[in-house]
Amino acid sequence: MAILEVNGLRKSFGNVEVLKDISFSLEKGKVLSLIGSSGSGKTTLLRCITSLEKADAGTIIVNGETVFDASQKKADSSKERRRKQLAVGLVFQSFNLFPQYTALKNITLAAELAAKDNPQFKFSKKEILRDIEEKGRALLAQVGLSDKADSYPWQLSGGQQQRVSIARALCMDPKILFFDEPTSALDPELTGEILKVIQQLAQKHMTMVIVTHEMSFARQVSDEVIFMDAGVIAAEGRPEEIFDSPENSRLREFLNKFTD
Amino acid sequence: MSFAAVNLQLLDGFKTTCMLFFVTLIAAIPLGLVVAFFSMSKFKPLQLLSRFFVWVIRGTPLMLQVMVVFYGPGLMFGMKSFPREEAVCIAFIINYAVYFSEIYRGGIESIPRGQYEAGQVLGMKKSQVFFKVVLLQVIKRIVPPMSNEIITLVKDTSLARVIAVGELVKAAQDIINTRGLIWPLFYTAVFYLIFCGGLTLIFSRIEKKLDYFRG
Ligand SMILES: Nc1ncnc2c1ncn2[C@@H]1O[C@H](COP(=O)(O)OP(=O)(O)OP(=O)(O)O)[C@@H](O)[C@H]1O
Ligand SMILES: [Mg+2]
Repeated sequence: MAILEVNGLRKSFGNVEVLKDISFSLEKGKVLSLIGSSGSGKTTLLRCITSLEKADAGTIIVNGETVFDASQKKADSSKERRRKQLAVGLVFQSFNLFPQYTALKNITLAAELAAKDNPQFKFSKKEILRDIEEKGRALLAQVGLSDKADSYPWQLSGGQQQRVSIARALCMDPKILFFDEPTSALDPELTGEILKVIQQLAQKHMTMVIVTHEMSFARQVSDEVIFMDAGVIAAEGRPEEIFDSPENSRLREFLNKFTD
Repeated sequence: MSFAAVNLQLLDGFKTTCMLFFVTLIAAIPLGLVVAFFSMSKFKPLQLLSRFFVWVIRGTPLMLQVMVVFYGPGLMFGMKSFPREEAVCIAFIINYAVYFSEIYRGGIESIPRGQYEAGQVLGMKKSQVFFKVVLLQVIKRIVPPMSNEIITLVKDTSLARVIAVGELVKAAQDIINTRGLIWPLFYTAVFYLIFCGGLTLIFSRIEKKLDYFRG
């Protein structure tokens, strides 16, 4: 069964239509790469799916639940909105870590705040907070930063900050994790450590959607590739189909730019 | 007139100076936040009204505002005037609330949108994003301009003299008028310097406290 279904998504900024009837679906545990030239709408698509932007038309279904339906008149309650929000996680290009918190606290903060809504919180505050901290430390270990729990973001390299932000997203147990060019703000020698973390997640069958300009990585890690061009899905398929025998001429043009 | 007697008389004025300083500070700090939220309101009429008000207050001298509050009600509306001290407090509170509001607004608007978005995608409530993520970053950014403004307030209190409120400079002037002594006027500078020096120390402490993070 598809864990993500996007149907007829449209989004305009002013009179410019940036997403033109986008539909696709993704199976649970699969990795999808989104490629395409600058301005083709990749970020906008991610932002619509993660509710940072409101699409003008279409529906988004995550794990069988409609998290967005443009034809729905009534706005969700704040509680409902937050519940649906947590179905998806997002890793930003620019990390967006919280500067005043340590690496560990960055990871656990949202979970701690959410725990306050748990009716059990009053009675077993200590245990709940301890469990969250343990989870945070386990996630730090998973991204290879056990020794950086008490470091503040400014004390970390870009690659380390991005790994913390991945752990932060994972701490809320998203059904699907989205990445918007997770390595493009990094020095080339630091991209490897991020790609390794993503690869490990893929081995654990984390469902992921990755916007990337790293073609060799996209080919390695993904099960599916979507090529976006001027707001439409111009080509989609398995990585071999997309990279080895591209039929779409725009796609060929796009890929040629990476082969020199 | 002995040195001690001069000191006593000046201290009396200094008490009024301190009263004006603290009353203004305590009222204008929260009131400024309200004005800042109005100026950032998505409800256009409120936003425009608030920004117009800010423009008027920032575009006219505080001395004039003090006089308007004191003489205005009586001359324009035939109402009973405020007592001198109250009038000067009202004018100062309004004036400083407006200046603080612009500092707050600048601080809040300078926080990158990514901080709000990161909070949102992690399922935080709007209030949690503001209080747990944004606020401390705003405070860190506004401490330097706020400390400037608050040190200016110390010196602005001397404007209360225009409606004959007996603050420090007025006290010194009274000594000139009654005793013909000029040095107490210059000597008031020591009071201001010590006061401002203390504030500078406090603010640099706060800045140090917030030095542990960048952003
Ligand atoms: N908030 C906005 N307001 C107006 N126009 C926008 C906004 N966000 C994006 N756009 C426009 O939408 C188009 C698609 O932008 P988007 O960021 O989705 O592209 P992208 O595929 O992610 O590009 P890149 O590879 O450079 O990141 C661009 O033309 C952009 O200028
Ligand atoms: Mg983009």
